[in-house]
Amino acid sequence: MKRKRKAKVKKFVSILFCVLMYLFLFLPIMVIVSGSFNATHTKPYLSWKGFTFDWYIKLWDNTSLLASFGNTMIIAVVSTIVATIIGTLAAIGMYRYRFKGKGILNGLLYIPVVIPEIVIGIALLTIFSRVNIPRGMLTLILAHVSFCVPFVIFNVRARLSGYDKSIEEASMDLGANRVVTFFEVTLPVLMPGIGGGALLAFTLSIDDVIISYFVNGQTKTYPLKVMESIKSGVAPDVNALSTLILIGTILLVVFTQSGIFKKGKKED
Amino acid sequence: MRKKHSRHEWRSNTLPALVMVGPVTFILAFLVVVPLIFVAVMSFCQTDEYYNVVFKFTTENYAKLISPDYLKIYAQSLVIALITTILCILLGYPFSYIIARTKSKKKRILYMLVIIPFWTNSLIRIYGWRSFLGSSGWLNSILMKLNIISEPLELLYKTGSTVLGMVYCLIPFMILPLYTAIEKLDTSLLEASSDLGAKPYKTFFEVIIPLTSGGIFSGSIMVFIPCLGYFFVSNILGGGNTDMIGNLIERQFKSANNWPLGAALSIILIVVTLLLVKGYQKLGGDMEDLGV
Repeated sequence: MKRKRKAKVKKFVSILFCVLMYLFLFLPIMVIVSGSFNATHTKPYLSWKGFTFDWYIKLWDNTSLLASFGNTMIIAVVSTIVATIIGTLAAIGMYRYRFKGKGILNGLLYIPVVIPEIVIGIALLTIFSRVNIPRGMLTLILAHVSFCVPFVIFNVRARLSGYDKSIEEASMDLGANRVVTFFEVTLPVLMPGIGGGALLAFTLSIDDVIISYFVNGQTKTYPLKVMESIKSGVAPDVNALSTLILIGTILLVVFTQSGIFKKGKKED
Repeated sequence: MRKKHSRHEWRSNTLPALVMVGPVTFILAFLVVVPLIFVAVMSFCQTDEYYNVVFKFTTENYAKLISPDYLKIYAQSLVIALITTILCILLGYPFSYIIARTKSKKKRILYMLVIIPFWTNSLIRIYGWRSFLGSSGWLNSILMKLNIISEPLELLYKTGSTVLGMVYCLIPFMILPLYTAIEKLDTSLLEASSDLGAKPYKTFFEVIIPLTSGGIFSGSIMVFIPCLGYFFVSNILGGGNTDMIGNLIERQFKSANNWPLGAALSIILIVVTLLLVKGYQKLGGDMEDLGV
């Protein structure tokens, strides 16, 4: 009897703790979402003046905000594609071949992962300005590719660790050449790892604030646009766009977690 | 014949290896290694009166690093990063434990609910906290409506608000490795421990914690190191009162325009990172566990 009650209390405490943790995780998101429906027109746009959809309509007139979101998407898509191709090739190459400096190359992969982003950001800024590459879209994409590639490699590598090389040999024995074997045998097997890596690269790119802040020049990404306006109070149309992005994120998370990449990502 | 054979070997291995590993080598060399070396070089350079970098050797930047004002900020950075890491463990461990131990169906949803905020832009979420805690923010309005307080509380621009933001931003990096470690835990060991008469707390400290220590170590590294550089959190929630080394670096590059000094400050951050990673490896930590 006593034991049963103890178990009940334990269960209650753990549920309460979880609820509080989720509240903590979602609190600022609720603030943002509710702010997007707030009918206030005075800075800092915080006091509640009633419910409205106005900000979702006004959003379409805020061309500079929409342009910044467009930039974020272009950078994310391009750098994800480039990082995924380079990272997948590298993971397979490092798995398959022995070559000089492989250990060093492997060690270098961890630099962008462990070194604080701010250091990577200022390092890229100094080198870009030294060799006179104008800062903007190109430097943003280069920077994003460089910090996304290791994550793609790690994901593909996780998939490769259980990979059976003999299916490639079988393919070659049956008369397929290297290229055909790569596209028809190797790639499909690795797809979940590649997909997981690409997804991670995409989210890292969209979310990046710190590195972009140093290499952007005049090009504004969405987070940088928000950063610029934070001091004076962010207008609710930013909340509206953030809410729309949040809905996109939820769909993406539900879609990916419940389906196709399940096998490739080792639950992370 | 032999020569032909070796040429064939070359063609069959070196070329594909080069095609596959070449691009990543190029990227890491020119976008990571060279820039970092250049930062090290720049940390020994001077500036002219227009704040242009002059490539003349000096150790002056490093001499400036030990000024009392800076030492105070390093100490503050370490304290904030340490408190953040400890709070992330204390909150993240039980949370990950509960999720990882939940029965299958609900677990997926609980896990997704952790990822969703993680994938929402961190700057936006930090701005959400500012709107919540600000003097005309949510919390103060609610408390004033309820007549609990008559004057708005000043909750922002304190060490506490910066720590809150850091914990908030970085706790997913603690939860995810812990979740993986706890999920791998062999339940039969826990049963064995309690069958042999160990009290639950004893099982926890002597079986569960040691078996999941890998997750705690890698989570701590992934929280502590970025925390030192998250300048926007202390900018937005700390408002200049809780500057960290990241804020010092940011200022040298964005407003004070003393790039060599900023480079020298970055070198400190690199050295701290390398020491911590070395310590992590000494403790038996696996580098593979450090990638999200």
